Amino acid sequence: AGPVQVQLVVPMAVVFAPGSVPGDLPRPLPFRDVQEMEISVNLRTSVTSRYEMRYRSTTAQEEAALAAATAREADAALYPLQDTTLGSLTMYMVPETSSLLPQGINVYVGKHRSALVRAGGGLAALQARLREVTQLMSFTATSIAAALSDRVPDGQLGPDARRNLKSSLGYEITFSLLNPDPKSHTVDWDIEGAVNRFVKPVLDKLSLVANFSVDSQILYYAVLGVTPRYDKESSSFLLSAHSLPHVINPVEARLGSSAASLYPVLNFLLYVPERSHSPLYIQDKDGAPVSTNAFHSPRWGGIMVYNVEAPASPQTSLPLHVDVDMARVMEVFLAQLRLLFGLSREEVPPEFLLESPGNEGLADWELDHLLWAHTVENIATVSTTLTSLAQLLDKIGNIVIKDDVASEVYRAVASVQSAVTELSLGHLLAAFQASKEAVTCSERAFFDPSLLHLLYFPDDQKFAIYIPLFLPMAVPILLSLAKIVRETRLRKKEPTKMD
Amino acid sequence: VCTSRFWFNYRHVANTLSVYRSVKRLGIPDSHIVLMLADDMACNPRNPKPATVFSHKNMELNVYGDDVEVDYRSYEVTVENFLRVLTGRIPPSTPRSKRLLSDDRSNILIYMTGHGGNGFLKFQDSEEITNVELADAFEQMWQKRRYNELLFIIDTCQGASMYERFYSPNIMALASSQVGEDSLSHQPDLGIGVHLMDRYTFYVLEFLEEIHPASQTNMNDLFQVCPKSLCVSTPGHRTDLFQRDPQNVLITDFFGSVRKVEITAETLSLDQDVPGLESKFPEEELATEPLKYAEQLPVAQIIHQKPKQKDWHPPGGFILGLWALIIMVFFKTYGIKHMKHVF
Repeated sequence: AGPVQVQLVVPMAVVFAPGSVPGDLPRPLPFRDVQEMEISVNLRTSVTSRYEMRYRSTTAQEEAALAAATAREADAALYPLQDTTLGSLTMYMVPETSSLLPQGINVYVGKHRSALVRAGGGLAALQARLREVTQLMSFTATSIAAALSDRVPDGQLGPDARRNLKSSLGYEITFSLLNPDPKSHTVDWDIEGAVNRFVKPVLDKLSLVANFSVDSQILYYAVLGVTPRYDKESSSFLLSAHSLPHVINPVEARLGSSAASLYPVLNFLLYVPERSHSPLYIQDKDGAPVSTNAFHSPRWGGIMVYNVEAPASPQTSLPLHVDVDMARVMEVFLAQLRLLFGLSREEVPPEFLLESPGNEGLADWELDHLLWAHTVENIATVSTTLTSLAQLLDKIGNIVIKDDVASEVYRAVASVQSAVTELSLGHLLAAFQASKEAVTCSERAFFDPSLLHLLYFPDDQKFAIYIPLFLPMAVPILLSLAKIVRETRLRKKEPTKMD
Repeated sequence: VCTSRFWFNYRHVANTLSVYRSVKRLGIPDSHIVLMLADDMACNPRNPKPATVFSHKNMELNVYGDDVEVDYRSYEVTVENFLRVLTGRIPPSTPRSKRLLSDDRSNILIYMTGHGGNGFLKFQDSEEITNVELADAFEQMWQKRRYNELLFIIDTCQGASMYERFYSPNIMALASSQVGEDSLSHQPDLGIGVHLMDRYTFYVLEFLEEIHPASQTNMNDLFQVCPKSLCVSTPGHRTDLFQRDPQNVLITDFFGSVRKVEITAETLSLDQDVPGLESKFPEEELATEPLKYAEQLPVAQIIHQKPKQKDWHPPGGFILGLWALIIMVFFKTYGIKHMKHVF
């Protein structure tokens, strides 16, 4: 794979509220500063990150916004005043004694692209805290390395690193309801309503990243491949953590997928256990029941177990009518969707408070996080594809390149150059779109059906076919040619003899 | 992939189907299997037990089973299609089931059987695939990261020659015989009349029947299957391109499918007072009359009817004209004097 040198530029503004300016600033406000960091992935691939910071003090409107009672209100008031281009960040420094941030919390990360940071200590402490916040909100060395995972030598990344969904032009999401016991349960789920109310806002926000298509189905008599154990203490059935990997396969055979599209499929299954196996809880590794009663598999999807309460009186006639609480179910499924994309909030330092994104599903800075990772991944994929295509063409010299393949290659090269340029200028959205275009073109060129090397015969095969045909024929021809040449030479000599 | 046609190559189809069956049993769904069979043995007119393909004599085990999904069948099994599946250079109209949609985390198992020689494998009795082409195809797959690890098993004569030329990383290969040796078939069945299985695959099948999805058997055990005493040929394997130690590679890494699973610990808090869109369809169901079909074909009447009496019609114009013609010809020939005898 060819060398990839990419510069990721993050435009940032650090805004100081009155009373929060540290004493040892190098220059008076406002001033600009640049911090560069190198993330080296392997010998030939390096990504440099460049934070272009603009330090300034607050304007009157921003001060009014920061005078709000809670951090959430301040964030909402500051939103119209800040820079909303994708990829940019704004940090508001509040005085150490400010009551905007709760006790013990030093950083509040909002829903958009800003954070409130408590000032304190000198310049060094400020810079350290700023670095933490920016890494959380844009990208870290690990996230970039994970995006470039196929270039990293094995063993350097942890075994869990290659688990996020690969960047693709589209994804298919399928919601399935599994009812193994229709005689006992008639399950009604308002999936269309739930998709419109809860899933659509999230997918609308993610529509910048890819196209999504959603469908749903109900499967009857679909059982899990594992028999759950009965636990007397809790009088419930338990699925242990190590049996979970075997649950998916028997079900997958029945799930089906759209025959027309080639996009990766994300399956979200809701399983209503049989009457005889209710209630069913999932155990984690330590043996405690999981609060969400759900688990997911990277790059595949998630499964949630929905327990139906036992009827109040034992004489209630079967089948029981079950109305699924779609809000509770969607909370888990959308959380799984976030985890599948790699947006996890688990490794956040304790002094950080992250605002919940609400029904949109993900904060603006999390969207940026995805876009950074996908752009870098796309650029790396394009360079690998084009390099390997060039190597293939070198090896098989007489391969014929059709005109449209050639034009796709040119477009891919132009797009990837534009993507790298846009990244170095800090325009994340333009860079992402250029990288998507580059990937589409390069994949079309690489996977063009006419490039099958089988169709082009190597030279030794050509010799092997034609020599047995022509050699026997050529022997008498050559011999007679030689005879003719000898005779003409003799005739030329004769006149000199004959005089 | 089974590459041989004709009834007497029954054993190659049985080989392929037995590996297919084991792989399905261990958890891989049909959507993740590309099965290429060059000929149809189960419905072959020469099969005395139609819709079955047996692997043990005395018809103990029917590997055809109930749900076999063949993706490439009969004349579609060509070298070109095989290479297209591997490299992904497929025409855009190909359906999903005929494609290899793998990514950089997929472990791929490739099993090929048929007639082969030193450096080639015969397809359909009319073309071959050489070991160089196969190695190049794997390299194209590696360039596009279409596999994480690849296990290549081949059961043909001189099978080891097919994996000699591989040069891409993360490939492990097994073959049923070395260069210069022939792979022999196992046993004929007198009822069906052909050899049912090849020795190597027969013993591999026996080995695989004991694996279940959670088993911890590793690749070294697979290498020991079918020693020379049972197989007559010497099975070979190649692990130098593989990064992990075969001791640590589980059989289920390739033959089964054990997924990485994580417990979902987070939830997203949703605001439930979201106005939903109005449902487009009215909720109440309209009461409808039960549908009736008009009697279109009164069969009862037709069956029990007596044959209708035909009414007498005077002869039509054609008959009259024909008779007039005959009479005119008669009188023309024999003279008009006969007319007075008629009238």
